Amino acid sequence: MIVADRKPFEEILDSIKDYKKIMLMGCGGCVTICFSGGSKAVELLASQIKMAKKKQGKEIEIIECTPERQCEYEFIDACKEQIESTDAILSIACGVGVQTMNERFPDSITLPGQNTKFMGYPVKHALWEERCAGCGDCVLEWTGGLCPIARCAKKLFNGPCGGSSEGICEVDKDTDCVWQLIYDRLKRLNKLDNLLAIRQPRDWRTSTNAGQRKVKFEEAML
Amino acid sequence: MSEFEPKIVAFCCNFCAFAAADLAGAMRLQYSHSVRIIRLPCTGKVDTIHLLKALEDGADGVFVAGCLEGQCHYLEGNLRAKKRVAYAKRLLAEAGIAPERIDMFNLSSAMGGRFAEIVEEMTERITKLGPVYTAKDL
Ligand code: SF4
Ligand code: SF4
Repeated sequence: MIVADRKPFEEILDSIKDYKKIMLMGCGGCVTICFSGGSKAVELLASQIKMAKKKQGKEIEIIECTPERQCEYEFIDACKEQIESTDAILSIACGVGVQTMNERFPDSITLPGQNTKFMGYPVKHALWEERCAGCGDCVLEWTGGLCPIARCAKKLFNGPCGGSSEGICEVDKDTDCVWQLIYDRLKRLNKLDNLLAIRQPRDWRTSTNAGQRKVKFEEAML
Repeated sequence: MSEFEPKIVAFCCNFCAFAAADLAGAMRLQYSHSVRIIRLPCTGKVDTIHLLKALEDGADGVFVAGCLEGQCHYLEGNLRAKKRVAYAKRLLAEAGIAPERIDMFNLSSAMGGRFAEIVEEMTERITKLGPVYTAKDL
């Protein structure tokens, strides 16, 4: 899932300071699961904004709306009429939702209320950790299912580095060294031989280094 | 001195705080009429949005009163409420509103006197702070 974290309240307030009527738009997908952008988060943020404005002696009208997903026209089109009646849209979906809105409704501005962080999963209730950086050429097959790109601060393919100490990454004492984890896992699977192969320098063009990427499913295209 | 009479909303658990309020009444204890009690099956039913909405829509203070820690009828409803109260406090502070306007108290059903005391304590605190949108909170 995509994990996002709400922007600091002050920054949000500043971004909407010129508007009298806004639509606050959540998303029923990933950001609902990570508590930052679902219908409940929309209610809380709307209430918080209204109180902050009242406290400043100002008023703001907020329309709340949380489509099933903010990243598909089919779902956001239902809000079209309401959008036209507002000065701006504040989105608490991920960056994809914000851009979908801006592209679908080019005459209205949709502002981001979240910092989109990473692809990951909840390792326990209310704690999400990064797991995949979308590199476009997955190596989990030979690393025992542990990602050295999303989880190693240096993105090493021939790790660990000299800073790995007792299973902990030198960059952050609360983070496991993924190369220690890779070693332990491969040992457990009896596949330590995987580590004897020298990995060639990686072609990073499959990642974010060669411009925007696209995925096409020819047979499903209309 | 203005005649500010605060409005305080109290979310009370059925088993402890609400029973304590009942007892306070039976004991003929006097306490401020500033408080409006909302009875809940458990304080675990309180959501952060309920706390914010109360202040957004006219209350000057809000408190949640549940069982003593470790004595919740539903085991940990009051511990969840405690977290939500803490969250509401953070959101309020960000919005420029004094976080002391919201609080959580724990008491048993036998503590009628304590209930009256809590109401008095909150009333005094909120009266000092003043009306939520015109006072200078932070
Ligand atoms: S190797 Fe690439 S695709 Fe595979 S999990 Fe890591 S970042 Fe994601
Ligand atoms: S300690 Fe481990 S995870 Fe951290 S940078 Fe070095 S190899 Fe990567």
